[in-house]
Amino acid sequence: MLSYIIKRIGQAIPTLLIVITVSFFLMRLAPGGPFDGERQLPPEIEANLMAAYHMDEPLWQQYVRYLDGIAHGDFGPSFKYKDFSVTDLIWQGFPVSLTLGAWAMLVALIIGLPLGIIAAIKRNSAVDYLVMGIALGGIAVPSFVIAPILALVFGVILAWLPAGGWHDGALPNLVMPVAALALAQIAAIARLMRASMIEVLGSQYIRTARAKGLTPTEVILRHALRPALLPVLSYLGPAIAAIVTGSVVIEQIFGLPGIGRYFVQGALNRDYTLVMGVVVFYAILIIVMNLIVDLLYSVLDPQIRYD
Amino acid sequence: MSTHTTPSAGTDVSAASDEFQAGDSLAVEAWRRLRQNKAAMTSLVLLIVLTIACVCGPWLLPWGLDEVDWNSFMTAPSSEGAHYFGTDANGRDLLARTLYGGRISLSVALVATIVSLVIGVLYGAVAGYFGGRIDNLMMRFVDIMFSLPFMFMVILLMVVFGRNILLIYAAIGAVEWLDMARIVRGQVLSLKRKEYVEAAKALGVKDSKIVTRHLIPNAIGPVIVYVTLTVPKVILLESFLSFLGLGVQEPLTSWGVLISEGQQMMESAPWMLIFPSVFLAVTLFCLNFLGDGLRDALDPKTR
Repeated sequence: MLSYIIKRIGQAIPTLLIVITVSFFLMRLAPGGPFDGERQLPPEIEANLMAAYHMDEPLWQQYVRYLDGIAHGDFGPSFKYKDFSVTDLIWQGFPVSLTLGAWAMLVALIIGLPLGIIAAIKRNSAVDYLVMGIALGGIAVPSFVIAPILALVFGVILAWLPAGGWHDGALPNLVMPVAALALAQIAAIARLMRASMIEVLGSQYIRTARAKGLTPTEVILRHALRPALLPVLSYLGPAIAAIVTGSVVIEQIFGLPGIGRYFVQGALNRDYTLVMGVVVFYAILIIVMNLIVDLLYSVLDPQIRYD
Repeated sequence: MSTHTTPSAGTDVSAASDEFQAGDSLAVEAWRRLRQNKAAMTSLVLLIVLTIACVCGPWLLPWGLDEVDWNSFMTAPSSEGAHYFGTDANGRDLLARTLYGGRISLSVALVATIVSLVIGVLYGAVAGYFGGRIDNLMMRFVDIMFSLPFMFMVILLMVVFGRNILLIYAAIGAVEWLDMARIVRGQVLSLKRKEYVEAAKALGVKDSKIVTRHLIPNAIGPVIVYVTLTVPKVILLESFLSFLGLGVQEPLTSWGVLISEGQQMMESAPWMLIFPSVFLAVTLFCLNFLGDGLRDALDPKTR
């Protein structure tokens, strides 16, 4: 197990290096400098700016400097938010994005898993069709369509919930963003759970368990649930990536001060260091999450041996 | 045609070899099965209608993409002035814009899917065919790509190279080929041990020809299914980018751009949000139904 963890971390490092290197050189390839504003800067000032941001150094030196910075948790200065470093901005936005993402994941699991199980047990019944119909809707209707409609209905017309804003993560402000973000994942998890539960319920040992005289609930909880959860668990990695990506758009729509909003602003303003910093930060996050999911997998599935 | 739909099933070579004489009849049978699937057929018809409307519709409309009607700014849908979907804040006809946007969204779907298809199929076929160390190396690379946050890489590309429609095609295609490569590799791994490939080899047929003539055509079933699942993903990705203002740009428009504009105006002009959203959602629904239908039609387990 330990050697597996070490091996996986050893695999994660080259991946990260690739992300950092590709982002770095792409950004430096970009036409136009970060200081091309509306107004033409005098050459002396521009030279000073370049020197202040170490952009007058040879490319490899800048690259090494950037790598060294990241190793120390420093993503460099933001080119547009003058008084902030990228690290500051990321840490400012992260608690918001984390709260949003964690709630969305939790809600998706709490609602998605039971829905999938019920649909599997009542296979081909009205309940099943209803659940799968809703799930298909959740997959087909993107979050950036659902979110504005939710905001319009519950925020503006009915005025039950605030249509936007963060308010330090107050519950009413969280409800709609979390719902909009979770819906697609509820749908995906319910579909996966249903399919895998149906497969497990068809296996021999479930028949044995039934023949022993266990109640249907006991059969599900004691025998079918754990193996049926495995495909869902391996979906958690992609689900986390999807929630991280989705939160970009949700933060935009509801005006939440998370990382995603800085990222979009940075991308629109060509704030190179900020965009690069967020990409690298998310890559680290997603790689770490995937590692955790893989380790969890080994806990749930005794058939897997990591050596 | 192959009977395997998943890479994991790829090691199973027990399928009888007579299935390979039945290439045509499999397509015919799949079509027969698909026709019995009401949801899939309705979706297919709707998609065809929608595509024709987007392609031909703009020629028939009195209003162009950028034409301003100085008499109606942000008017609700009505037959007056022939604005059946209403107009936007600049007095542009929303029906015309929705159809033009559809052209862009559908063209992205088509081109980006083809890009991903070509890359994925070639990559997977080569990895699977050569196997061994080359396969290991190539699949390692796919694994690495898998753990990257795609959307962010596409956005990075858009930031660097500017927002240009050709780049959208290429960038989306360039990140969506990974699953395809895995599927094709699994297929090829199992196919290459078949007798007819051995025979071709024994006859001295070149590697490149065996891949393009024998392996790719026989792996096509699962590829078709996966393509129908890629199309909605690609459309979604494009609208996502455009919604954020990082995709298609004025004067062009796409459903994502229109939804974004509609979202900003939804309190005073809800139709600006509703119509493009409905078009996008219906398209995605239909593509999903069609994909499911095709999977059932081509799945050997239910045959």
